Amino acid sequence: MRGFLYDLAILAVDEGKAIEAGDGGFWADTAGIMLITPFIAFLAILAVGKKLKHNGGEIAVAALAINLLWASVLFVMNMTGGVLTETTFEIARIGSDLVFELGWAVDGLSIMMYFLVNFVGLLVFIYAIGYMKGDVRVHWFFAAFSLFAGAMLILVGAPNLVQLIIGWEGVGLASYFLIGFYWDDLDNVKAGNKAFMTNKVADVGLILGAIILGVSIGTFDFGELSKLAAEHDEALGAVALVGGLLLFFGAMGKSAQFPLHIWLPDAMAGPTPVSALMHAATMVTAGIYLMARTFPLFQNFDDLAGDGRMWMVAIGTITLFAIGLLALVADDIKKVLAYSTVSQLGYMMTAVAAGGYTAGLFHLFTHAFFKALLFLGAGSVIHAVHSNNMSDMGGLRKYMPTTYWTFVVGSLALAGIIPLAGFWSKDEILATLGHEGFTLVMWIAIAGAFVTAFYMTRAVALTFHGEYKGHGEPHESPPIMTGPLVALAIPSMLFGFLNVPGLSLPGIGNFTEWLGVRVVAMGDYHPESVDWGLAAIGLAAALLGIALGWRLWGPDKDTQAARDRFNVPVLYPLLRRKYYIDDAALGIVGATTGPIARFIDWTNTYIFDGIVNAVGGMTKWLGGITYNFLDQLGVDGVFNGLSAAADSAGSSVRKLQTGRVQQYASGFVAGALILVVLFVFVI
Amino acid sequence: MEWFETWGLTITVFLPVVGAVLLGFIKRDNEDALKRTALVVSLAAFAASVLVVAGFDFGASQYNTYQFEVSETWIGAINANYHIGVDGISLPLLVLSTFVMVLAVIYSWNHWEEPKNPKAFLILMLILATGMNGTFVALDLVLFFIFFEIVLLPMYFMIGIWGDKSPRKVPGFSKVFETRLYASIKFFLFTLFGSAFMLLGFLALYFESGDVAGERTFDIVQLTELGSAGAFTGTFAFLVFGAMFLGFAVKVPMWPLHTWLPDAHTAAPTVGSVLLAAILLKLGSYGFIRISLPILPEEAASWAPFIAILSVIGIIYGSLACLAQSDMKRLIAFSSVGHMGFVMLGISTMTDVGINAAIIGMVAHGLITGLLFFLAGSMHHRYHTREMARLGGNIKLMPVMGGILAFTAMASLGLPGLAGFWGEFMALVSAYNPLDGLSLGVFRTAMVLGAIGTVLTAGYMLWMLQRVNLGEPKEEWEGHEFKDVDRFEMTAWVPLIILIVIIGFYPRIVFDSTTDAVTSLVDMAFGSDATASISSITGG
Amino acid sequence: MVVSQFLVLAAALFAMGVYGLLIRRNIVLILLSVELMLNAVNINLVAFESMIVTTEALGQVFAIFVITVAAAEVGVGLAIVLMIFRNRQSANVDELDLMRY
Repeated sequence: MRGFLYDLAILAVDEGKAIEAGDGGFWADTAGIMLITPFIAFLAILAVGKKLKHNGGEIAVAALAINLLWASVLFVMNMTGGVLTETTFEIARIGSDLVFELGWAVDGLSIMMYFLVNFVGLLVFIYAIGYMKGDVRVHWFFAAFSLFAGAMLILVGAPNLVQLIIGWEGVGLASYFLIGFYWDDLDNVKAGNKAFMTNKVADVGLILGAIILGVSIGTFDFGELSKLAAEHDEALGAVALVGGLLLFFGAMGKSAQFPLHIWLPDAMAGPTPVSALMHAATMVTAGIYLMARTFPLFQNFDDLAGDGRMWMVAIGTITLFAIGLLALVADDIKKVLAYSTVSQLGYMMTAVAAGGYTAGLFHLFTHAFFKALLFLGAGSVIHAVHSNNMSDMGGLRKYMPTTYWTFVVGSLALAGIIPLAGFWSKDEILATLGHEGFTLVMWIAIAGAFVTAFYMTRAVALTFHGEYKGHGEPHESPPIMTGPLVALAIPSMLFGFLNVPGLSLPGIGNFTEWLGVRVVAMGDYHPESVDWGLAAIGLAAALLGIALGWRLWGPDKDTQAARDRFNVPVLYPLLRRKYYIDDAALGIVGATTGPIARFIDWTNTYIFDGIVNAVGGMTKWLGGITYNFLDQLGVDGVFNGLSAAADSAGSSVRKLQTGRVQQYASGFVAGALILVVLFVFVI
Repeated sequence: MEWFETWGLTITVFLPVVGAVLLGFIKRDNEDALKRTALVVSLAAFAASVLVVAGFDFGASQYNTYQFEVSETWIGAINANYHIGVDGISLPLLVLSTFVMVLAVIYSWNHWEEPKNPKAFLILMLILATGMNGTFVALDLVLFFIFFEIVLLPMYFMIGIWGDKSPRKVPGFSKVFETRLYASIKFFLFTLFGSAFMLLGFLALYFESGDVAGERTFDIVQLTELGSAGAFTGTFAFLVFGAMFLGFAVKVPMWPLHTWLPDAHTAAPTVGSVLLAAILLKLGSYGFIRISLPILPEEAASWAPFIAILSVIGIIYGSLACLAQSDMKRLIAFSSVGHMGFVMLGISTMTDVGINAAIIGMVAHGLITGLLFFLAGSMHHRYHTREMARLGGNIKLMPVMGGILAFTAMASLGLPGLAGFWGEFMALVSAYNPLDGLSLGVFRTAMVLGAIGTVLTAGYMLWMLQRVNLGEPKEEWEGHEFKDVDRFEMTAWVPLIILIVIIGFYPRIVFDSTTDAVTSLVDMAFGSDATASISSITGG
Repeated sequence: MVVSQFLVLAAALFAMGVYGLLIRRNIVLILLSVELMLNAVNINLVAFESMIVTTEALGQVFAIFVITVAAAEVGVGLAIVLMIFRNRQSANVDELDLMRY
């Protein structure tokens, strides 16, 4: 069954744009297996995981390996010929109108995500077998991890909004389990709660948005939604602004856009492989994916809804720049990477909101590899030194060469250094922003590239260079952990070439075309060739960031001496920067980014986190008021009061019952007399 | 199966009470025989209801036509008949009722609250079963009322005798009550108060039907025909609806008539709470769907915004009250107020989507909250306290129990993919587009507030998990040996868990039964335009 | 025939009965007072019957009813009194206030 996605493609053909796509045959018809295996693995691990050698890790890996087979075959088929089909099952029908379906979409977008989730997921799972060895409840870890991957696959395979919501909240649930994995300590539980609750708030947006859009056009199907959006349907136009912004609000939660990013740094409470998967291929990409899935809606947002796109771009821009600065002051290496993820998500969101479908998704694609690599590298380091803090690291280059080199590759890719993957994807975003007329945003994004390079240099320098400051003798991680690092380093280096503007690889074309089975209809912008001028500016910003970062945190004698002379703890790099005020270039950086970063950090901790905590506290307080006053004294009080009144009336009246018959009789006679008097004299 | 067509429902309904009589002949100390008999009887009733499902023709879709219908003269003088039957709306609820009863009997196997006496307890349970099953199939107002009231007595005794014996201070009274006495009397009085008005409403319909149609009748089928033809209008309909509203709203319960619920649920013995939550609450919302709405459609539509407002208040209010609880069972009890708020919100939209949402919401709430009460009871059995401040790290002491608790809490907060999601989601869908003519402002506000309510629900459920399940166990439990879930508990719970998942991913098993009946109900009540509010462009 | 004389007699008897009922402390005497009141009613019934003659002689019929009931009442009443006296060695109503609140 080719479904509505196909109709959308037909629409493109009507507009004279050729489309080549097969139906995927056996592999697409059975692609649903990918959505199920992780759940089978989940149950199997819960049942027998404890008894196995790797506590169920082997089952989880096997499940994703099977998935990767399907994903790879589909990926290759899509590269060579294009695949476009969907399979659905009806799970509920209300009257004749409202139909709920589950199923799986197989098109360029979902195939890309299948591949990403399964490929990165498989490597992270393999890595986790080594990383989690000897930890507590390992079988539960792998069970929840499988659940995580499975929910994400349900999400990306969704042919309609309802299934997306199922996967969406499933991802949230699994993340709750994994972030609060070390639940013996209630702080971790609270971090999990915070993630879940923040997401739940955003989910309200998603659910309401889905309802408003779905009810207005009569279906929750993505294909139909996209088709109507492309046709500028009136019924859709009437609710597009509210519905679209609500969907965007949902996406903000999962993809950690300012100001809903607050859950993400706390989410570092989970084991590092969780962070790697969460930040690379799953969970945080869900918001971007949602925007991409409903892209025609946002593509035509100005036509459908009037204004509104500006807000989305603005939020993405704030996220990419302001949250990126936070990475400068964090000491916890995982938090540096977490803020960096938020910042990169800001890039993707900005791009997609601005109309750069391919640009945003390509960045999502490349980012998944190098961010997973960086997190796994960080995990390897943490595994070796038993601390998250960079102040306990340093000089690890000597001890952990593989980790070091792969980490450097990841950092350079993230910083956007030619010819690594991040360079090409970031350049495409810049080009798209420029083309779509968001010039200011483009310059902010370039500044963001500078910041990115800056903090990654800091992280590399503090972790791997200089003197080792921790305890014990660090050692390289076992091959089961370094293997995935190498396996991720390769795509981090090479995958940028998959979508070099104007370059079409023989036989397989390029990334744009793979996604293109859907996107031709949307007509988003693809640069015909590389704009070397813009690329040079972006590259220069990144190189400048690296140079300044190295000057500031590099291990050479002068810096070391200055650091020693001031004896400033590494924890407060901002203080240290004051020394460099003499140095003009560095001085500007220190004087500007430092306070700004500190200010943002402060607002982040006290304002946004404060608001969240205050809202939580207020709600609890309100709960107390509701229960103790409104319910127990108010509503219940009314009823208790009524019965108490009846009770006290009864206890005073009952005194009349003396047990003396003659008193009763007197009353009786008196009453009779009164009646007689009444009857005789009055009436 | 000719024979079963006639007798099927009667067997389902009255088998338990026959079983209760049988139990009367078994000696009090012969506990095994008592339990086995009760189990066999409840299983037989369940089997009978499953046979009803097997023989049910899901294709017959016209509302107000019933299957397995029986109509015999009963009290000729007032034209009250023994008229029973099922349609797609009552079928899932009937099966839910017989099903949960079996699980309740299995669970009671080794969970007796003081003062034990299994004989009396099982007899009460079986009588309760007859009342509940009967309410779902009754098609005569007198019969309905009697079944509705039969339920009251066993539950009153269950709470009053086997309930919580701790003292309870009641504001306004100088003396201190035993919780079980306070709760049971409160439960009884509230329900009786409501049903007195409900009976008045029924009688008014009876007499009015005489004026309108020439023959006085209590028959729901005939009254529905009259009602949908517009026979009952004006002040009369307003008052009758109001009277019945009181009766049903107490049972649901809707804010502000809910205050009996936390007390009754908290004080009741475990099985009592389970049956109360799983089935008894549904009697009220079922009454709205079966009686109030079809017989007085216009009046229902004019009361709808009011019901929606009360429902939303219930959702928010119940969730907030949950945030203030320190007693685990009481928290679960209050969560029912919120969940039933979604059910009533669905009904108040007067659309097919909304009523379907209400029915699946009722089924899901029955399964999920029933399971939660089972869990709360078992935890109390082991810890001898329900104070969440004293619990903690439960999952470390009893991994399986903790796991099931976490699962159920997730189901309760409406996680998509589990049963609870559909009721909430579709109630919100229906509130976006209520029946034509109803105030969009009220219902859309209700939708937004309801959605916020889901966040609060997530909040208190997670908080409960945090306090009960996670962290380190408290010091006072050091050295205690806790027995994890035993086989009776497992047998009683696993079917619930499986059903929660199945309904979550495949709600068709409920909707296939309800949707045609509901659609034609709405058509009949409000004209066929009403169901076309969601335009018919579908995927596939 | 003048009914009023009988009515005056009946009223006097009834008043004496009431007086005895309220004042006496001994149960037996109270029972006797009740009998007095019943008989006052009987006089009324018969007197009225003689005034408006009915074919069924309803007045007399009711009077006989009353006498029958009175006899039964005294029978049961005295039995109770006997039991009370045996248990409590007293027939004084002031001491019998078990039924107070």
